[in-house]
Amino acid sequence: MTLLSLTNVSKAYAGIPALRDVSLDIAAGEIHALMGENGAGKSTLIKILAGVVAPDTATITLEGKPVSIDSPAAARRLGLRFIHQELNVVPTLSVAENVILGHGYPRRAGVLVDWARLNGVARDALGRLGITHIDPRQKLAKLSLGDQMLVKISSALLADDGHAPARLYVMDEPTAALTREESERLFRVLHEIRAAGNSVLYVSHRLDEVMALCDRATVLRDGRPIDTGRIADITHDDLVALMIGRRVEEAYPAPIVPPSSAPAIEVEALSTPALHRVSFAVHKGEVLGIAGLSGAGQTQLLRTLFGDSRIAGGTIRLDGKPHRPRSPAASWGGGIAYVPRERRSEGLITSRPIYQNITLPHLRTESAGGLWLTPRREQRDAKALGDDVRLRASGPAQLARELSGGNQQKVVFAKALSGRPTLLLLDEPTRGVDVGAKFDIYAIIRDMTAKGMAVILVSSDLPELLGMSDRIAIMLDGSITAIVTAAGLGEDALLNLCYGRTATPEAA
Amino acid sequence: MLTFLRRYGTLIGFALILLFFAARLPDTFLTARNWLNISQQVSMLMVVAAGMTIVMVMGDFDLSVGSTASLSGIVAALLFTFGYPVWAAIGIALLVGLVGGLFNGVLVSFVGILPFVATLATLTMFSGVAFVVSGGKTISGRAIPEEFGNFARDGIALGPVTVPNLTIVAVLVVGLVWVLLEQTTFGRRLYAIGGNIEAAHLSGVPVRRLKLIAFALTGLSAAGAGLLYASRVASANPTQGSGLMLNAIAATFLGMTMSEQGEPRVLATVVGVLILGVLDNGLTQMSVDSYVRQVLVGGIIVLAVAASSISKSSRR
Repeated sequence: MTLLSLTNVSKAYAGIPALRDVSLDIAAGEIHALMGENGAGKSTLIKILAGVVAPDTATITLEGKPVSIDSPAAARRLGLRFIHQELNVVPTLSVAENVILGHGYPRRAGVLVDWARLNGVARDALGRLGITHIDPRQKLAKLSLGDQMLVKISSALLADDGHAPARLYVMDEPTAALTREESERLFRVLHEIRAAGNSVLYVSHRLDEVMALCDRATVLRDGRPIDTGRIADITHDDLVALMIGRRVEEAYPAPIVPPSSAPAIEVEALSTPALHRVSFAVHKGEVLGIAGLSGAGQTQLLRTLFGDSRIAGGTIRLDGKPHRPRSPAASWGGGIAYVPRERRSEGLITSRPIYQNITLPHLRTESAGGLWLTPRREQRDAKALGDDVRLRASGPAQLARELSGGNQQKVVFAKALSGRPTLLLLDEPTRGVDVGAKFDIYAIIRDMTAKGMAVILVSSDLPELLGMSDRIAIMLDGSITAIVTAAGLGEDALLNLCYGRTATPEAA
Repeated sequence: MLTFLRRYGTLIGFALILLFFAARLPDTFLTARNWLNISQQVSMLMVVAAGMTIVMVMGDFDLSVGSTASLSGIVAALLFTFGYPVWAAIGIALLVGLVGGLFNGVLVSFVGILPFVATLATLTMFSGVAFVVSGGKTISGRAIPEEFGNFARDGIALGPVTVPNLTIVAVLVVGLVWVLLEQTTFGRRLYAIGGNIEAAHLSGVPVRRLKLIAFALTGLSAAGAGLLYASRVASANPTQGSGLMLNAIAATFLGMTMSEQGEPRVLATVVGVLILGVLDNGLTQMSVDSYVRQVLVGGIIVLAVAASSISKSSRR
């Protein structure tokens, strides 16, 4: 039975179509994947469902009855619940207050907040996801991003007051900031939702997740519906081909040349408040993957090597010479480049043109005498770099904010590569990036290592780590517990290492 | 339509104001003499606002510019009474502004106090110092060298008109700030800080050092404005710069409503200053009460900023 049906949905922004005659049917009791590259129209469709964006044309029926969704309140009344990519939380309120946000506080004597009941409700809601490590009374700001997402999800899953029972949960990349264990718990809850006859519209770039979790998938490309079908009838590669409109031969390109034996960076007993005696080496032309549960110190390691954290002890040799990371500015000058974890908040100045983003770390050389701007030269150089990373933009003067997530990430890459670094630090380089751009980024990494660049790759995407790394270092609580050769390693084995189980590291 | 209004609303408003005064004051408003007069009247504000634009580019602001202007005027006048030569007194007064700005910069970038709080505190401090060193009195009369007072009264003859020295100084300062912000790597990095301070830091922009320099330059320009003021009235008192700060921020905000990304631009700030100056000039000529004038000027600022933010939020 069809729960929600959308037909003839069209929407154009300033004359540019974002959705063209899209139809989508969600059955009762199914988990339906909405797939497509960035810019395919997924977000617009979700915003229309949420009552945030008004469609140009659309027919929407809920259980066969025509409905109109003209406001978020209307969407809520119809039983639609949303979990967006961006966290809509209030960091200064407690966890419990965030969980019941939008539901109204439980009260005592009509006016006083019943804190005990409030915290109880929140504890139950979190417990449903198997979360016991979060105290409902804590300030939300104190939690990690992943935990904040869990709170947000708990809030959306909160049992209703009876006026508007939830029928459809729309989730946009809910697992982006979650560990695998947290994701698994979320999936169990989604199965419960399905078993109760309610539905989920699930958006994710993680194909493995979609293949394992969803019943059917609808693929959008360039605002058009390409296909809807049962997941059981389709392969991983078919799905990718539908999304990007062409077949991809091999997900992870093979190394062009093997890594050299000359070390690019040697780290010996590096210690900071967050890192404990970390030792490893990366050779020229090598990709060293860093695996670990979220918050095991991966980002701190990259930031420390990049000169953004104070070092308590240990030695670093860069190309054989002693090296002390002083500041990001010094690192850029010394041939170390960094692609940070959060593209929009750490990687880009979105209000500025592409070329100004790319040249920002290199203005000393991209100017006359380090002082006078030479915008024409900057634009020329940025254009060449943009072509190298297969950037799709109207030109180097286009504003960074106007680009899709994948192309924004390519700008960050172009910025990192423009100084011809010898060491490239990558923190989740393909998170929130569409499939096509992902493969472009893998190809860029291969090109660069072939030229002798050393790469340290932090990623929570295990297939990516296994597919791209020569060796993988496992981090646990700020220490490296093992360094293993990637070839021949399975996902399960790697995951076990991350949890600190069955540690039988091969010497590497 | 809305985007058009957002982009050009302030300029259209300015044009309407000009048309209004031209119609109501047909004999005096659109004369070269009046415009040179306006340019001279706004020159102090122009210098302060140009300096204020430098810190506002980074998303900060400086509330202490008015006190700095007063203090620098007082310092110069005091040094005159001690018999210092004009160039030395001016140099030291400018240095006082520079040091005051550096102090703001240290508080904001190294101690890490919010600019609002830090410069609110230094506003009070600098003002207090100006009162202490001057004994709360106006320094005027024979203590002020004639050549210092004459500077503001003189100008450079350009054909039939004489361009006042104050106007020339203001144009030079605006030109310098424009070159600094738009043509140098320094300016580019300031805009990067204003756009995303974390991304700028990770891109190797030395955020602390640049903030320090920017606040120092703002302090320097405020001191310059204070000297222009002292020259114009051939005297100095510890409160004469106090009106400059709010007008400088208002002018920069008016300018920000004109730029596409809502970023402060010094040439847009100039238009903001001119709007305030023209209003003041025109309304004075129409003998509008000065309190009513304040209400009108405030209302126009609200209107301009509201127009640009309403259309921005409706774009979602």
